[in-house]
Amino acid sequence: MNAVESVTGSSSDGSPYVRIENVTKRFGEFVAVDNVSLDIERKEFFALLGASGCGKSTLLRMLAGLEKPTEGRILIDGQDMTNVPPYERPVNMMFQSYALFPHMSVEDNIAFGLKQDRMPVAEINKRVEEMLELVQLGQFGKRKPHQLSGGQRQRVALARSLAKHPKLLLLDEPLAALDKKLREQTQFELMNIQDETGITFIVVTHDQEEAMVLSTRIAVMNQGVIQQIGSPNEVYEYPSSRYVADFLGSVNLFEGEVASINQGIEIRLPQADLHLVANNRDNVTIGQNVAVAIRPEKISVSIDKPNELTNQCQGKVDEIAYQGSLSVYQVKLADGRMVKVSSPNQVRTAKRTIDWDDSVWLSWDTDACVVLID
Amino acid sequence: MKSMPFRITGRTLAVAAPYVWLLIFFLAPFAIVLKLSFAEPLIAQPPYSAVFEWAGGLLPNFTGSLDNYQFLLTDDLYINAYLNSIKIAMVSTILCLLIGYPMAYGIARAPGAWRNALLMLVILPFWTSFLIRVYAWIGILKNNGILNNVLLGLGIIDEPLQLLHNNFSVYIGIVYSYLPFMILPLYANLARMDDSLLESAADLGCRPWQAFTRVTLPLSIPGIIAGSMLVFIPVVGEFVIPELLGGPDTLMIGKVLWNEFFQNRDWPVASSVAIAMLVLLVIPIVIFQHFQNKDSESNP
Repeated sequence: MNAVESVTGSSSDGSPYVRIENVTKRFGEFVAVDNVSLDIERKEFFALLGASGCGKSTLLRMLAGLEKPTEGRILIDGQDMTNVPPYERPVNMMFQSYALFPHMSVEDNIAFGLKQDRMPVAEINKRVEEMLELVQLGQFGKRKPHQLSGGQRQRVALARSLAKHPKLLLLDEPLAALDKKLREQTQFELMNIQDETGITFIVVTHDQEEAMVLSTRIAVMNQGVIQQIGSPNEVYEYPSSRYVADFLGSVNLFEGEVASINQGIEIRLPQADLHLVANNRDNVTIGQNVAVAIRPEKISVSIDKPNELTNQCQGKVDEIAYQGSLSVYQVKLADGRMVKVSSPNQVRTAKRTIDWDDSVWLSWDTDACVVLID
Repeated sequence: MKSMPFRITGRTLAVAAPYVWLLIFFLAPFAIVLKLSFAEPLIAQPPYSAVFEWAGGLLPNFTGSLDNYQFLLTDDLYINAYLNSIKIAMVSTILCLLIGYPMAYGIARAPGAWRNALLMLVILPFWTSFLIRVYAWIGILKNNGILNNVLLGLGIIDEPLQLLHNNFSVYIGIVYSYLPFMILPLYANLARMDDSLLESAADLGCRPWQAFTRVTLPLSIPGIIAGSMLVFIPVVGEFVIPELLGGPDTLMIGKVLWNEFFQNRDWPVASSVAIAMLVLLVIPIVIFQHFQNKDSESNP
């Protein structure tokens, strides 16, 4: 798209596009954001993921200029933005409530920022038309926000925040108010729009699935601190802490002690006579207390004893949750521990091979075990 | 076919009660005044001629005339009084708006704990009699009143200023008395406004005052209209304030009405003055209602 060429030039000195440097935000005694440093590259679709109250929205609002950092600096495209008011930042935000101006038509809402910049009327009209087309609302330009559905309002909000061709687009829970079907569809539209415009997107969300689908990188936040930054694949498959492992998807966590380190790390669980073997990693010593995270879908469940020697245990099916595409089993081990296992329903059978109260074997690869020391 | 029997239920009573109230205490007096306005004054008891005369037919004959209304148009006094009332009401409304808007805005933006205390301060004067508060202004504004004494004491003036019994004191009294009626609807409107609209305006490039003119002000128009109507309409017919604080040249229709009734004892002319004032006020009320309906349409 030629309309956005102005924002797709390269950074002057190769430094990251957005740099958050030791930023802390306190509200009285409460520390909302605690010494966060973060670099975001140009054209990234970056997600700030965390439970409500983790500081992700505060961080986003600081990028928009709506909150001032108590300490630290924020640089956008090499320029220090820490003390620049929101109306002078090359940044636009899509608010969670959409914050559409109720007294203006869709067109006027989209043109709002352009009029503020005193852009010539002909250009404004052209840009508004482009934006309406981009979000597929061509025939709704004359309507007022209250005459639109939730999904249409969401798109107007998106169009309005994109209209000024910001260097950076901030999205605060952009899909939270939409129903599931619309949310999935809109996710892909968002990705397409980001691709088309080439604008750097930062999205705040509490929905891990949304973050994984949308973004190129995710920062998982908890209590004002970034727990882990990585691609969706990295944070899901190689969580760095118990918090991240537990927050993203579901996980079985086993607390134990490192017994030996040979080809793999052997972990002994205290009560059970269960030994887990995981792949080697750094920073692990014998005798150390660690946690092992195993994703439910990495465990296989069978009636017969599997052939592997390591990483298997026996249990009894306590609960089966049929979810259509997959079934989730709650298996009770001998020591009373519950293990969650999910397996895809590949065959459409009326009769299940595994049923309630069946005695089953669970097994998994050493690769499936993630050793967590935090 | 059997007709529906009319039954008195609790529901009918509840719905009927306010209508009965209006019928007795508003519509009936109005009808009496309307009838009076077509009569002629008499030195008699009651002091007016009959409007309907019973001639033995099914309906009485109408013997009233429109002379009183014609008289209102021929004598400058009434037209000037109407115009002057409207002028005073308009100026007072604008003054109330200029003073009340920043106050309402300040209260709406104040931190939660302060807000109720500030609102309380706006409502507090209502706990004292209106009449006493207007008299208090006489004490403040008269020649040897508080204000003049303070100014004399500070050496700012050499002799007392004539503050009382002129249009200035009337405006002071009206603006003071009616300010809460401007502030309260404006506050209700401004407090309701979503903060994220202002943040989003700032995000799209508005400095604070631009956000105010482009977002806050247009969104508060229903509040401005409601407040202005609540001030304008009663001020047009205001009698007490011009009577107590005004001077001989303060001409307002409420005062003229009073004089017709109690000084001239010309009930029919007084009634026609009242009816004409009502008609004059119905127009802004209709406009007000029109805007209110529009407002409730756009904010469902």
